[in-house]
Amino acid sequence: MNDQKTGRQVALWWIVGAAVVVYALFPVAWIVSLSFKSAADLSNQQFLPTTFVWSNYEDILVGDAQDLFLSALRNSIGICLIATFIAVLLSTFCAYAIARLDFPGKRVILTTALAVAIFPVISIVTPLFNLWRNIGLYDTWPGVIIPYLSLTLPISIWTLSAFFRQIPWELEQAAQVDGATTWQAFRRVIVPLATPGVFTTAIISFFIAWNDFVYGISLTSTEAARPVPAALAFFTGASQFEQPAGGIAAAAVIVTIPVVILVLLFQRRIVSGLTQGAVKG
Amino acid sequence: MAAITMKNIVKQYGDGFPAVNDVSLDIADGEFMILVGPSGCGKSTLLRMIVGLEDITSGDMLIGDERVNEKAPRDRNLSMVFQNYALYPHLTVFENIAFPLRLHKVSDTQVKERVQKAAALLELTEHLDRKPANLSGGQRQRVAMGRAIVREAQAFLFDEPLSNLDAKLRGQMRTEISRLQKRLGITTVYVTHDQVEAMTLGDRVAVLRKGVLQQVASPRTLYEEPVNLFVAGFIGSPPMNFIPAAVADGELRTPFGPMRLPQTRSVDLSGREMVLVGARPEAFEDAAVVSDTVRDHGMTFDANVDVIEWLGNEQYAYVPYEAPDDIRKRLAELERELDSEAMRTQLVVSLDATSRLAEGSAAPLWLDLRTVHIFDPASGDNLTVSPTRGVEAPARQSGQSTADRGSEAGASDEDSRPQTPQAGAGEGTASG
Repeated sequence: MNDQKTGRQVALWWIVGAAVVVYALFPVAWIVSLSFKSAADLSNQQFLPTTFVWSNYEDILVGDAQDLFLSALRNSIGICLIATFIAVLLSTFCAYAIARLDFPGKRVILTTALAVAIFPVISIVTPLFNLWRNIGLYDTWPGVIIPYLSLTLPISIWTLSAFFRQIPWELEQAAQVDGATTWQAFRRVIVPLATPGVFTTAIISFFIAWNDFVYGISLTSTEAARPVPAALAFFTGASQFEQPAGGIAAAAVIVTIPVVILVLLFQRRIVSGLTQGAVKG
Repeated sequence: MAAITMKNIVKQYGDGFPAVNDVSLDIADGEFMILVGPSGCGKSTLLRMIVGLEDITSGDMLIGDERVNEKAPRDRNLSMVFQNYALYPHLTVFENIAFPLRLHKVSDTQVKERVQKAAALLELTEHLDRKPANLSGGQRQRVAMGRAIVREAQAFLFDEPLSNLDAKLRGQMRTEISRLQKRLGITTVYVTHDQVEAMTLGDRVAVLRKGVLQQVASPRTLYEEPVNLFVAGFIGSPPMNFIPAAVADGELRTPFGPMRLPQTRSVDLSGREMVLVGARPEAFEDAAVVSDTVRDHGMTFDANVDVIEWLGNEQYAYVPYEAPDDIRKRLAELERELDSEAMRTQLVVSLDATSRLAEGSAAPLWLDLRTVHIFDPASGDNLTVSPTRGVEAPARQSGQSTADRGSEAGASDEDSRPQTPQAGAGEGTASG
């Protein structure tokens, strides 16, 4: 590769990079700053708070909004983990079959998955709301997990089947010739090689579920199942004349943290997942 | 170790296309058999049917007298080296080689001992802790071979194992494979499209064309007595020249003058109008350097040499000529089948390196008529070789020790030769 970049090129890369970082991180910085402002400071039209206060965090973690936020956080984590786990498990088998086996209806599954993925969520929320109320799934964890699967499964199947296709067929055949059963070949050769892909998929589907708002707000009514993005809408100020912006910002910062940790933790796995195809067996 | 027997093997794909058509082949215990042919001839499919990765449409596949058609690959106890090696990227070299043993629940101490032994044999000992991604092409190739030899398999199967290596390494690995096979004495089936590998490695070579077996014989027989145009054109580099000749009054009229075949090569030409005369490049010589003692065995003619390639140890001269249209079409078709392309009809002539012929000149060339072949242009059959000689029996019987293999193969080679008188004469020329 071209190792010796000219000074101008380097400078240009820095400028472009900085612009992208500022564009992406400025809203985050704003929310962080907002979360440290006192109620009186909220509309002071300054970027930084005049005095740093922890009251917003106290409010949502131990104060008045505690019930609303902590239960929502619990719901969100539980629902998203379960939805991700089911999605990854099902899509691993499904994608393996699609990549390896020749069966009628293979294309139908892929196109259906794509069709489901592009289907507008908002248009099925109302019928789902009615259906869930009739069969008793409304405001329960399964009632949210099932719709989340419809969001996470298609993308998981697509990314994983693309991933499985990159694993050379010969590896499995070699394992079979070496004396492995189909299941042994899958478990001892394919699964270890697919791990980065499975991780990538898991993280993507976790984010999708974690960020959902429409299902969360429409299919829940109490803290029994309401996830964080929906709960944020129910925040109120100390009095009806105060805006809940500080509390919302604090909650937003808290729910961003697991996402950031996940990405940092699995950064290398994600990267190697995205570049697997470049390595030849 | 076991013999492999194929009886009327057919592989048909869903659309009815026969990739392998009615192949019967006996591979003796301990024999090194090469499957060779241009791309798409079904040689890899045949190999994959032996190992069980491809279903057999009809016919019987026997490994050591046991029918294995319905057996899964893991139950056939064969080991295979894949074209892209198929090493497990997540395992170290040690674990890659140990993989088959681990699957067979061999004890840890045993595994260690056997992997070390295989690694020592392939000079991989110092790389055992590395991952395949950190190895060079040749080392990866050796790891793949290690994985194949670590287990006491009934046979080794190689699927173009050297095609991903560069030319120099390929030559070295070729020798290594040959040495290893001789040392272990295990039945080996080796698929390649490279005729140098085919000629140098195999005890016997099976030439396939469009899924049909053309000839199974020792490399020497294949070269000196090809049964048809296809085998003649495929084996040898540069390939055999095919010269159109009209039959008239018991002699052959070629673009280079009349040709009178010697007694040893004469064939029944009655009822034929046109034949193809096949002559290897080395059957030609610069008439100026031919000694008088052999001059009478050939014909001398004037040719327009338009290009000369001097290679140091020999040189190739190219002599373009005109051929009738239908013959040209036939030759072009043959070239296409052989994965090459004929731009024009020309002779490729191998000359002695000392010859001083000039490019673009007319020069007298000499053709040794004792080694030419006569082909029927329509069927492609070699008329100078009787059809029964096409297929040679396995070079040795199963159960014999592998130590005296070399002499065995050589002996049976000699035995087979005097079956036809003209063949014996042909060999005399080659050695003299």
